[in-house]
Formats: sequence, structure tokens, C-alpha cells
Amino acid sequence: MRSIAKAKRGHAGWLLILPLVLILVPFFIVPIIGVVAASFVQSDGFGGIIPSFTFDNYKSVFTSQLTLQLYWATLKFAVFAWFFSLLIGFWIAYFLVFHVRNQLLALGLFLLCTVPFWTSNIIRMISWIPFLGRNGIFNQTFMGLDIVSQPMDFLLFSDFAVVVAYVHLFTLFMVVPIFNSMARIDRSLLEAAYDAGAGRWRILTEIVLPLSKTGIALGSIFVITLVMGDFFVVKVMSGGQSASVVSALSNEISAIQYPPAAANAMILVAIVTLMVSGILRLVDIRRELTG
Amino acid sequence: MGRIKDKFRRTSAGTSAANQHQPSRRQVLKGTLALAGATAGSGVIGAPTIWAQEIKDIELRHVGVSYSVVKAIGDQAAKDLGFKVTMQNLDTSAAINRFITQPNTVDIADLEGWQAKLAAKRGVIQGISVKKVKEFDNFLPIFTKGELDGQKIPRQGISPYEAMYIEKADSTDLHEGVTEWATFLPQVYNADSIGYRPDLVDHPVTEWKDLLDPKYKGKAAILDVPAIGIMDAALCFESAGLIKYGNKGNMTKEEIDFTINKLIELKKSGHFRATWTTFDQSVQLMAAGEVIIQSMWSPAVAAVRVKQIPCVYAPVNKKGDKEGYRGWCNGLGLMKHLTGKKLDAAYEYINWYYTGWQGAFVSRYGYYSPVPSTAKKEMTPTEWAFWYEGKPAPEEIKDPYGVSMEKAGTVRDGGSFLDRVKNISCWNTLMDEAAFMNKRWNDFKVA
Repeated sequence: MRSIAKAKRGHAGWLLILPLVLILVPFFIVPIIGVVAASFVQSDGFGGIIPSFTFDNYKSVFTSQLTLQLYWATLKFAVFAWFFSLLIGFWIAYFLVFHVRNQLLALGLFLLCTVPFWTSNIIRMISWIPFLGRNGIFNQTFMGLDIVSQPMDFLLFSDFAVVVAYVHLFTLFMVVPIFNSMARIDRSLLEAAYDAGAGRWRILTEIVLPLSKTGIALGSIFVITLVMGDFFVVKVMSGGQSASVVSALSNEISAIQYPPAAANAMILVAIVTLMVSGILRLVDIRRELTG
Repeated sequence: MGRIKDKFRRTSAGTSAANQHQPSRRQVLKGTLALAGATAGSGVIGAPTIWAQEIKDIELRHVGVSYSVVKAIGDQAAKDLGFKVTMQNLDTSAAINRFITQPNTVDIADLEGWQAKLAAKRGVIQGISVKKVKEFDNFLPIFTKGELDGQKIPRQGISPYEAMYIEKADSTDLHEGVTEWATFLPQVYNADSIGYRPDLVDHPVTEWKDLLDPKYKGKAAILDVPAIGIMDAALCFESAGLIKYGNKGNMTKEEIDFTINKLIELKKSGHFRATWTTFDQSVQLMAAGEVIIQSMWSPAVAAVRVKQIPCVYAPVNKKGDKEGYRGWCNGLGLMKHLTGKKLDAAYEYINWYYTGWQGAFVSRYGYYSPVPSTAKKEMTPTEWAFWYEGKPAPEEIKDPYGVSMEKAGTVRDGGSFLDRVKNISCWNTLMDEAAFMNKRWNDFKVA
């Protein structure tokens, strides 16, 4: 009897992962094998390939100063976007979970946070342009109040503008998992700590923060991978004045240089995978998802 | 729009060249009347009698950039021809990537000269038999012979003429000199230069080097499509006397290095407010006052003016070896997979393109038709005088959708058609050193 049950469980397991396999194999594994293969052949300069096996594409990526600059620029964006979205996201979640007593109200406010996400990313991003522009609302207000005499140019078409857009676009991805983690924290823990004489700050740093770690890690993965893979926000908000790894890659594709673009893509995949596995090493996310 | 049907003489793609010259064969294209045309004199179509019924089920997918592949034109063609035409828009690079990697998802490829060269090389297009193109003899010789008014057109970059011919229907390499097979047929083209705000720039701009003037520091922008952005930069540097290029459209590595280093220097000094990639971006930059001088396209300048903001399209006429417009040209290419009735329909579509309706349409927003003689018939004398002859508009000028564009008395920036086209000094291109250039362009972007 036991062996039959076991066998059944085995079958059920396979059945359960089947949909994922059916999606991942044709839409992820197969294309990525194609990209790997393309990264080792030579480009003929006209969108075609010369059948060959070469490491040249990787060699030119690894020996180029440009690669370092691009990764530096992209990582800088990722760190800033991550930091500010964490800062804002954490406090929003904290407020919703611990300060709003009425659960219905908390849920209502949480849904309110998602309202801007009912419009498209592009619209949310582009709406910053008239706000931050040289003759935009922000500059006009500040000049009207005589706080500045010249319009502030750094507000738009700058790295600043890129980070603003990232934070606006991606903070919700931080709020949701942190909110989720915090909501699971047993209130009696906080009460016990309070009774034992811990202040609000100590409760925050020694109980809430450690117990929200999984949420923070999940949010961080979302934000960092989104920024690392983006080129559109950089392009629009920097006014084409900054670049990222993917924007350089997309330039290669426009010039139909598939093999170097493939090599670049593989390196990016490897680096992002490393970053994600680094985060996963720090925090056991499985606990959040299963427990 | 009914008049076009009467004017339009149907030529079945399958009919012989001789048949096409019979003026008596006038007929309305739609519906069953089309039947007769295909039947008569046609030895090519296997079963001509079913043409009319089956033509309704044909769908042509015309794919390309938004300023060249326009829905209103496709709708008119479908109305006149009786089969379905679907227009799909992609940006320049997405388009060429699609043609190369998914050729079977496209029927009519809208190609720039350099893209035609590439598509031929990749074997995704088939040669167009110019004998089947009724208006071919009326095409401007800029395209068919590489000259205008007996004057050779410049060959810096990839001129439409250079990219136009292949030796046989299935050749993959371009052929120098006229043949019977075309890679693509030009359909719309123009001469690009600089746009500026006359209220904020203190003198009329006629030279590219004004884009580099330190006076406009932080208020200038340049086009961020590497292959052509670098040509705009080259025009600027050549105009400023910093360098003399062998061929701006096909630079050496040294020339690319010089150009990019200079661009990086300018960027680091804060000269550029932005770089732009799309038509709309360039309009927004100018209209919002972020930028007062930038490389720009003619209809974009018009779009700024429609917002009641003064904007001028700089006439950068050639001065010796310097200055001149950067020309571009989009044309129709036939994808290789087209055969049988679908190919016949594609030839019908090509022939429709040059009957004037489309030429008049694109002219109304500042581009040109390669067959002005037919476009003229579809334009009012006012429109013709303004857009082609460079004369003061006798009355108000409207865009293709009827929106008022220019007041009576306005003269088109850059003057007449001939003034502009004769001053093209280089053409959009894909350089031999494209991979290197692209890498250096990324250096500029990240600097």
C-alpha cells in the first residue's frame, strides 16, 4: 500500500511541474540555447553568421573598457533604485501593517498604492517629463517662489531623472513582498518585547527587520533584475545621455550584430544570476513561499 | 476618392508589358470588373478567371517605419484594389531585424537603401521586374540613373540608386548600373537637416556647425540612431573645418574614432541637452523649450509649428565640399516567399503606389514622391506650388488629414524640391565598419 501511495505522489509531483516545464522548455531553455550558440559564432557584418566556433565575441567584451563602464553605470542605477525603493517600500509596508489598526482600511490603503499601476509603465514614466523639465511644473514652482533664479537642468535628462523613474516604477515590487512578510509577524512577539522593556526602535531593528528579511530579499530581486534588464527608462529619462548594459546591447542588435549581442546577453544573464543567487544565499526565501 | 479609380488603369501583374500600354483598358478595380483585365492577354496567370474572386482573400502585410508605412495609404490602396492591405509599424532597427529573421511574416518590406542592400544579401527579398512597373519610366532619374538634371547625385553613404539594382531576380549582390531587376522601388524620401527656434537662435542657420556653437550649450540635441546620428555629427565637424572625410557614409576606423571622441568631448562639456530617437521625442524637446537647435526631420519641424511655436528647418545648401542635407529614401521590396496570386497582388500594389494618391499624400507632410508627375495630378495647384516649387503658398496649406499647417504666403523652408534634393550631400547608410562604429557610439552614450 505504501509503495502505491508513494508512486502516486511521484506522479502527482511530475504532473504539478508539467505546466512549468511546458512553458520553460520552449520559451526559455530552447531560445537560450540558441543565444548561447549564437554567441560562439562569427558575425559576417550583414546580419548573417559565418559558421565557425570562436571565443572572439566574449574576448572583445571582456577586454573592452566599454564593458566596465556600462556595468558600472547600470550597477549604479541598480543600487540607487534598490536603496530608495527599499527605503520607501519598507516604511509604506511598516505603516500599513503596524500603524493602521483597521485591517480593512490597511487593505484599502494597500490597494490604493497599486492604483498608479493600473496605467502603463510608459505613461507613468513619461508623465515625469513635463514635471521635471526645464520649463516644467517643478522648476516653475521653485522659480515662482524665488527659491532658485535659474531653472534646474539636472532634474530631467539626467541620471537623477532615471533614478526617480525607477523608484516610482518599481517601489510597489518592494512594498508587496515586505507587506506580506510583515503581515505574518506574530503580534504577540511585539507585545512581549514591549513588555520586556524594548523601545520602538529596538523592536523595529531586532524583531520586525529580521522577520521581514524574506520580503526584502524578494523585493530586492525584483527591483535589481528589473533595473539590470532595462534600457527604455534609461533611454527616455536620461534623454539618451546615459547608457546601460541592455541599451548597448540593443544598439548592437539594431546594427544586426547578433553574435556580439548574444555574448553580451549571456554575460548579463550570468551576472544577474550571480546577483540573485547572492541574495538567495543571504536569505532563505523558500521559507517565505512555503511557510 | 472615387476619381482615382477612374484615372487608374489597371495592370494585372501577370499581363505582358505590351498589354500595360493599352490605354483603352480602363476599369474600376474593385469587384468583378477586374476580371477582364487579368484574362486578356495574360499567359502567365494559370487560371485567370478565378482572379477576381480570390483577390478578395489576399492580404498583403506591408511592414516598416511609421513615417513611411502609413495606415491611411494602406486603407486607400485596399479600397482601390479590392484586397486587404495591413500596415504594420516598427522602428528602423526592429524592421530590418524582422525582415531578416522572420521574412515569412512580411509581404512588402519597406526598405531604406542600405536595408535593401542588406536584405538582398541575406536573400530575403526577390528582384522586382521593373518592366512590370507601369510608371517606372516616370521615376525621377535620381533613383533610376543616379542623376538629376544631368548632374550626378552624390554617392556618400548608400544612395538609393546604388542600392536599387541587382543583376538577376535572385542575385544577392548589388549591381552597378541599370538592370531589369530592382531590389526596392523608392516610394518616399526627403532631405534631413537642422531644426531651430528662430526666436531663441539669434541668426538664420545655414551651416551644420551652428549645432556645435558654444552659445547653445545645454540647448542642443542630436539624433541617437547610431548609423545616421554619426553622419549628422560628421556634417557638423566637417562644416566646422575640424576634419575632411573621405566618405561620411562609410568612414574609416580613424574617422570614426575622431568623430566619436569629438562627440564625447562635447557631451562632457555639457553641450547636449539630450539625444533623440523618435520623431515625437524631437518634437517634444523643441516644443518644451528643452532644446533650441538639433538635427531634425522636416515634418517634425512642421509638427512643432502646428503647436504655435516658431521653428525653422535650416536650409543647409552645399558650400563646396561642406554642408548639404542628409538624404534618405524608403522603398517597397518584395519578400522572397511571395508567389502566384499573392505576388500578382503585390505588383498590383506597387503599381497603385505610383498612381499619384500616395505621392500626393506624403507630399502634404513634407516628403516627396519619386514620381512627381503623377503626384501632381492629385495635388491642388496651391499644394504643388508650396511643396514642390518653393513658391509662397497662394492659400492656406493643410496636412494630409486636413489640419491647417501653414498660412497663405508662407514659403517652404529650404525652398523648392530641386533646391533641396540637389543639395543632398550624403545618404543614410550602414558602414562597412558598422560593428566598430556601434561600439564607439556606445562609448559616446555611456561617457
